[in-house]
Amino acid sequence: MPQKLDYLKETPSQTAGPYVHIGLAPGAAGFDIYARELGWDIAGPNAKGERIRVEGIVIDGTGSPVKDVLLEAWQANADGVYPHPETAGEVEDGFRGWGRVITDFETGEWAFDTIKPGPVMGRDGQMMAPHINLWVVARGINLGLNTRIYFADEEAANAADPVLTLIEWERRRATLIAARSDRDGVPVYRFDIRLQGQDETVFFDI
Amino acid sequence: MSKPGEFYQRDRRWHPPALAQDYKTSVTRSPQYALISLENTASEITGPTFGHNDIDPLDHDLLRNFAGEGHSPIGERIIVHGRVLDENARPVPDTLVEIWQANASGRYRHKKDTYLGSLDPNFGGCGRTLTDADGYYFFRTVKPGAYPWRNWVNDWRPAHIHVSVFGSAFAQRLITQMYFEGDPLIATCPIVNTIPDPTAIEQLVAPLDRNATIPLDSIAYKFDIVLRGRRSTLFENRLEGN
Repeated sequence: MPQKLDYLKETPSQTAGPYVHIGLAPGAAGFDIYARELGWDIAGPNAKGERIRVEGIVIDGTGSPVKDVLLEAWQANADGVYPHPETAGEVEDGFRGWGRVITDFETGEWAFDTIKPGPVMGRDGQMMAPHINLWVVARGINLGLNTRIYFADEEAANAADPVLTLIEWERRRATLIAARSDRDGVPVYRFDIRLQGQDETVFFDI
Repeated sequence: MSKPGEFYQRDRRWHPPALAQDYKTSVTRSPQYALISLENTASEITGPTFGHNDIDPLDHDLLRNFAGEGHSPIGERIIVHGRVLDENARPVPDTLVEIWQANASGRYRHKKDTYLGSLDPNFGGCGRTLTDADGYYFFRTVKPGAYPWRNWVNDWRPAHIHVSVFGSAFAQRLITQMYFEGDPLIATCPIVNTIPDPTAIEQLVAPLDRNATIPLDSIAYKFDIVLRGRRSTLFENRLEGN
């Protein structure tokens, strides 16, 4: 018998279920318990860069909106720096880089306000286009889904992005690119997520 | 030089697949294309950090964090405790652990839950805490009740507590559910059984931990949580792009 490897196994995932709001956004579940709910302010008041809104809807395989989703966003600041001890560089005071948002119980729409991140250094010295990392959980999703939001007005950077170009099917890359519009002077990016079916969003095994 | 590198690949045969026919809601919510495998970059090996300013000391005590002054929730008083470790068996310190659960009658304090079981005016059903330097955490709560749900006509969820953990990287983010040793409903639950490997299911079942009970007060269940581990190698892994 060879020696035994003594690694532990990762705890298996289970669905977040329909009542994920109780734990992670109790205000939305209908009660007030924590002095501070987490994840409602991604960038903070001092962040440099362009203030933007990102919004969308999550659509299931029947084409219907999914109304009990929780999404978490993770992004760098405008200089491409993540607020984390392993990254070189500082972020603005109050910049968390992380946000949590739920879909509306009636419409399935979600939205968060942040700043547009800068490009981030990737592997092998290849710069990654500005993007927001997204993690999607809900009833019926057995293991959280990872995807990325890229920005339509970053055409040149997107074309050179090592992650987007890794996606063999060029037409699928478009599922990760949020369209930009203006609403009352605020740039709004639209990022609809299709869990399955035609134009299924690209999800990553990270 | 030696510094922590990429995370070990996630064992997707250990986790439930996206599509599990017997858990009906997964049928239309499961991606059908293969996931695109991505080698770790800064976007995956970093993740949000939390501190004691983010939470309150009482947040981990579900017996008190919603109860009126001098009151406590109805139900079996329990302690849920354990450690958050990585696959290398190293503790994960200072990480946020959030839980939520039904009350003792199987009812959630949620505007979308319409089950017949009663709400408990002294029970909210959520808690959060940070692990200490050894990765240790504990909560005080009541044992949740089983409840029926619409899947097959007569499906009942085993008693469970939902658990959300961050780790130090977005690649470690995990939500799972903790079950209780000896619950006969575990074996027949379509959500439990989305996990194909019986050994993996056992990892979600917390044993009664008599050594951690508080005599004449609360009984205890132990639930260790394992997050993805990462390489530590002398070989250049080019993660930094040099």
